[in-house]
Order: sequence, then C-alpha cells, then structure tokens
Amino acid sequence: MLSRVADAIYWLNRYIERAENVARFVDVNITLTLDLPVATQAQSQGSPLVLELQWEPLVLVTGDLNLFHQRYGTATSQQVIEFLTFDRDYPNSILSCLCAARENARSIREILSTEVWQEVNSFYHLVQEAAGRPQDLDLNHFFLQVKRASHTFAGVMDATMTRGEAWHFGQMGRFLERADKTSRILDVKYFILLPSVQFVGTALDEVQWMALLKSASAYEMYRKQGGHRITPQGVAKFLVLSREFPRSIHFCLTQVEESLRRITGTPAGDWRWPVERTIGRLRSDLDYQIIDDLIQAGLHEYIDGLQRNLNAFDQEVFKTFFSLQSVA
Amino acid sequence: MKLADYDPGDFYDELFAGPGQPRPGADLLVRRIDSFPPGELTRRQQAAQAALMQLGVTFNVYGDSQGAERVWPFDILPRIVTAQEWERLERGLKQRIHVLNLFLSDIYGEQKILKDGVIPREVITSAKGFLQPCVGLQPPHGIWCHITGTDLVRDRQGDWFVLEDNLRVPSGVSYVLENRRVMKSTFPQVFQMLPIQPVDDYPSHLLETLLHLVPSYLSDPTVVVLTPGVYNSAYFEHTFLAQQMGVELVEGRDLTVADGYLQMRTTRGLKRVDVIYRRLDDDFVDPLVFRPDSLLGVPGLMEVYRPGRVALANALGTGVADDKVVYAYVPRMVRYYLGEDPIIPNVPTYLCWEEQDRRYVLEHLDQLVVKAANESGGYGMLMGQTATPTERADFAQRIEANPRNYIAQPTLALSRVPTIIGEGFEGRHVDLRPYVLYGKEIYVHPGGLTRVALKKGSLVVNSSQGGGSKDTWVLTQ
Repeated sequence: MLSRVADAIYWLNRYIERAENVARFVDVNITLTLDLPVATQAQSQGSPLVLELQWEPLVLVTGDLNLFHQRYGTATSQQVIEFLTFDRDYPNSILSCLCAARENARSIREILSTEVWQEVNSFYHLVQEAAGRPQDLDLNHFFLQVKRASHTFAGVMDATMTRGEAWHFGQMGRFLERADKTSRILDVKYFILLPSVQFVGTALDEVQWMALLKSASAYEMYRKQGGHRITPQGVAKFLVLSREFPRSIHFCLTQVEESLRRITGTPAGDWRWPVERTIGRLRSDLDYQIIDDLIQAGLHEYIDGLQRNLNAFDQEVFKTFFSLQSVA
Repeated sequence: MKLADYDPGDFYDELFAGPGQPRPGADLLVRRIDSFPPGELTRRQQAAQAALMQLGVTFNVYGDSQGAERVWPFDILPRIVTAQEWERLERGLKQRIHVLNLFLSDIYGEQKILKDGVIPREVITSAKGFLQPCVGLQPPHGIWCHITGTDLVRDRQGDWFVLEDNLRVPSGVSYVLENRRVMKSTFPQVFQMLPIQPVDDYPSHLLETLLHLVPSYLSDPTVVVLTPGVYNSAYFEHTFLAQQMGVELVEGRDLTVADGYLQMRTTRGLKRVDVIYRRLDDDFVDPLVFRPDSLLGVPGLMEVYRPGRVALANALGTGVADDKVVYAYVPRMVRYYLGEDPIIPNVPTYLCWEEQDRRYVLEHLDQLVVKAANESGGYGMLMGQTATPTERADFAQRIEANPRNYIAQPTLALSRVPTIIGEGFEGRHVDLRPYVLYGKEIYVHPGGLTRVALKKGSLVVNSSQGGGSKDTWVLTQ
C-alpha cells in the first residue's frame, strides 16, 4: 500500500486511542477529587497544595508539563481540564487529537470502510460541538461519550475492515499508543503517590490506587483476576505483565509485534529489519520478567527505558515504511 | 401549503406546466408530498441534510479562513426529465463529445480546421488552454476527453442549450450518487412507483473507461486517482470515486518517475502506475513542463506520458476547448467534422474580440452576462441585469483592455423547479450537468447534477456562490 496511506492509518488509530486515554484519566481524576476528604479540607482553607497534588500529575502523564506551565502557570482543575480537552494549540488535547485523526482519515477515505469513516466523522463532530459550549457541558457525560466513541471506532474497524496491511498498520498504531499511555499512567502515579509516606496504607492510598486502575480501565478486571488486594506491586504487575488484560504493556507489545510480522512476513523468532528487532527484544524481555525484579531494579527506570524504546520503534516504523526516498 | 397549489410563474418549470398542473411524471410525486402530514416534508428535508453530513459529503470553500468544509445544501424536491427529452439530450451529448474529441485530435495534430479557415488560428494560439507541449501527442485510441460534465440550461420556452463543455476536470458526480442514495430513503414509495433510471453504476463505467486506456498486453494494470489533496474543493469526490472503483487515491508526492515509468511509493517499494484519472489541472501536472511552482504534480510525468508509458484521463490539453471563445465555434465544428447540425445548440454568444460584437456588448451590458474566457466556477463573471453601474463600468474597461478574454451571452431566464423555502414552495432556477464517459464508446450517465440557485431570483448555481443541488430523475418511459 502507499506509504502515505500506511502513515495516515497508523496515526488515525494513535490519535483516537490517545483521545480516549486522555478522556479516561481526566474523568477519573475529577471523580477522585470528589472523594478526597483531604482535598475538601485544604480547599476550604484556601490551600492550593492538595489541588496541585491532584491535577499536576495528570499533565505529567502527557509528558507536556513544561508546555503547560508556560501557557497556564499553576495547575488548577479548570486549567488542566481545558488544556487536556479543548486547547486547540495543544497538539495532544482531545480536540486536537480528533482534528488530527479526522484529517488523517479524510486523506485515506478510500481505504477506510464507509462505516469507519462515518464513525471518525461523528466522533469529530461530537468533540467539536462540545468544544463550542464548554460552559454548559456535562464533563462526566462528555468523557463517557469520548470513551464510547473510541470503543465504537475500534469495534467498527474490527467488524468492517479486511485484515490487510491497512488494518495491521492501524493496530500497530493503536497498541503502541496504548502501551505508551499505560506506562505513563503507571509511572506517574507510582512515583508521585508512593513516596508520599503519610498516605501509604491509609484509606486515601487505596482510593488512589483504585483510581490508577480505573484510569487504565483496569479496576474491574484487576479484581476479577483472583481476588487480589489492591497493592502497589499487584497493580504494577497487572499493568505491565498481564498476558490477558488488553491494556497491559505486555499485551500491547505482543499485538504490535504480531501486526508488524503480518506486514513484513518475517516468521516469529527471526528478524530482517531493525524495527522487528526493537519490538522483539522489548516483548521477549517481558515474556520472562517478574514484577519483583522490575521493582527492585527500579520501575521508573524500566519505564523510562521502555518509553525511549517505544519512541525508537516509532522512528524505525517511519524509516522502514513511511519515508521511502525517491530513487529517480 | 400544498405543492399542488404551486405557481410556476412566468418561467419554464420542470415539474409544473401551469398553476396546479403537474407535468406528466411529476403528478405522482406531487400527490405523495401533499399526502404528508404537516411538518413531515420539513422533517425529511432535515433528515436528508443530516444524512449527507454523516456521510461527510462536503465541499471546501476557497478563501474561507476556517478552512471549513460545508455540506452542500440539498433540496429534496427532484427535477424530473422525461424519457423522450432524455433520448434527445443523450444523442446531442454524444454528438458533441464526439466532435470535441475530433477537434482535439485535429488541433494537436494536423490542424486541418485551422488550415480550412473554419476557426481563426489566433483564437487557438491565444487560448490559455492550448498547450504547445501537447502538439503531436497521440493518446490511446485517439481519445482525449474521457470524462466530461457538460452544463445544460433551458430557457423560458423550455429549449435546451449547452452552456459550457467542461472538458478538463469536471466535478460533481459524487453528489449525483450520494444525493440519490439519500433520496431513496427520503421517498422510498415514489421510487417503487416511478420508472427512474438508476445511477449507481457510474463507478463501474468510469473504471471501464480508464481500463480501456491500458495496452492489451498488460494483464494486471494499476489505475489511480490523482488528487491535489485534502484542501481541494472537490476532495470528497476524489476519495469517493477512488473508493467506489477500488483503486488507490494518490497525491503528487506519492508518485515519482523512475526507470522510465511512473511509479508510486508503497510500503514495499516502488510500484508502477499505468492509468491516472487526474483531478489536477493541466498546469500543475508536471512542474518541469508547465508551472514550475507546482508542488502538486510529478516532475518528469510528461516525459513518460508522451511515449505512452502512462495514460492520463483526461488527456493533457483538453482545456483549449473550454475556452469560451473556442466554445462559440463548436456548432461550426459539428458541421465541419460531421456535416450535421448540432442537436443541442449553443447559447448565442458574442465574441468581444470581433469589432461588431464588442460594440453590441458594450452598448447592452445591462442585458447580458459577460464571462471571462478562461474562468470557471462562477468566477470572473458579470450578471449585467443585477450588476451596479460601477461594476458594469469596470467590466467595460476590462473588455476594452482585453477583448479576446471576454464573451457575452443574453441573460437566459433559466428554467425553475419548486424548492422548499421555509414552510412553502418557491421556484428556483436550475441547470443540469450530465456526465459523459468516452471509453470503448460514448456513454451518457442517465441523470446528472441539477444545481439550483437557492437565492431568490438568482441565476448563479455554483456551489461557491450560494448554489445547492437536487436529485435528477430520468424516467425510462
């Protein structure tokens, strides 16, 4: 298929997935702040400290904290929500993601099934329409709609697209984005929350960890996997190593590698392109990993390395498939 | 208000012969609509518009800072063309396309028509669309204009005229197909009862037309649609046609000339392209030969096009016949090449570069429509009747400064079709653009795009100037 088209369907899926993730963790955070007695107290005393504690990590997850500070200064709920949902100048806001997703979809309409195009189109109109009236918007309902639209998009892709190259480039984009977001959520929460000694083991602590699971849509599935208590270690294990949970890093990388192999035709256990080697090493490392070792060696360091590798992978995908140089 | 009470006024109306008198074929529709409970028609109109929005059937407006796409206003009252009328139009269009094609072959070949003095040589050499690099070109099967969208209009008496030929890259056919899709869910019962010719097979005919350009020894040819990109006003249509034909939609940057062939960049390396349905103007196709500033085309394309290593539809150079001065000579071409009279006449046209015509035009500016010879889309036009004295004076100056570039035509009282305006029905002026394909033979697609000027009294139907569209029903009996 055309390199430009492969590029566009890859990014279409990444942007939709990104929008969903942003919606999910903003939503969880709103709900969470409502539950915090500490926050209520601090708020009534006029202290910004706890509020900041709640909202700044959200921006940290996106990796764009510096940009946020430049544009908005300190993090208040309202500003963070505006930044992450409707800021047209912030390229990773939900609105910007949908504009970019639709622009990509528009440039490859003939590749997409009509149903997929319609879904992207109405998703875009949904967000555009909401962005036009932020004052009287029911945020909770809006984020629900965004998540649902993203799921519908994935479902319609699944139900109407042939499993050709286009599909696999799309899958690669979606799961790469998802692995990246899950790792960021885990990283930020783990290292923002854990060192705050005064919270460890308290009811608040448990609420926070539940929130972390919920922002990865993982809470119910975590509970179901065998009655585990919610512990930092258990959460990390679930989000990094689960072989079955569709948002865990291991699961996502396995999907990315699978789609890549379908595209290149290289058999498992072998590699021809550097891009295959990068993902193969990342995934196989997780195959044999245990969470105790990861935590001992430093989960933050691991995630840092993972993100560097995911970026390298993205660059290699670009070089291998999207940027064919003219030989004329 | 009942549609049956509609008054066509002092115009030819496509649905009504007189007040309360639907034409044959229209009576069934009128009865159906009048049987709706109050509000139902409005509801269906809104549903149709919403469906088009959902389908993403939009166009881009140039010069709109929002860069926004809009849904083209669609009116659910159709235009109906009877079988007899259509039979004549079909013959007329075939005749005209045949002749224009002979003309293009001639003009880029032996130029007999110039040597015989039927058309003055300077008309051709001064036409912006006449491309010197195309002289001597021999496109496959001698076909130049594979896809045409001829603009037809009717006057107060109901007589048909050709207004423009549109031999370059006519657009709009996607609306014909999408409008029909929406109409079938708007008036399902009427479709069951009226013998309306289907339009859905256009993409198949188009693909056949394009495949006809492939040399027979190529067993697995690659056909592509070349678009200027997402910001083009007709981008929706480009994607639509590529999708319906199941071929790749490419941009100039996807293509390159390598190893003596045109190739596209794919995830598995370069792949040869055999036929391009190009939706890019001649000027932009190859920056090495035409506009050097074009980023939309493919450098070196002409060099592989000329020896026939890739085919283009339409062929390069067809724009010469879109020049409105050349248009004025089409009836003479018909007589010259075929020895026949034109079945569908031209709109009478005054050529400003001829002394006598120019004087007449300048004296009657308030009654005429003046058009620049090389513009389209409703740009560069003066509607004399409604223009202000300043605008007329401005055009008079332009005509004097460059008479070759202007023609004038009488203001036609275009035919009308009842249109939903607010809660009632009012007549609005329309034109008709049928699409003609030239492959193995000439095929006229049954229907075409009916464009409607939604502003009261307006005669300008272009989408960029407040026009909308309607479905066109061609009856089989």
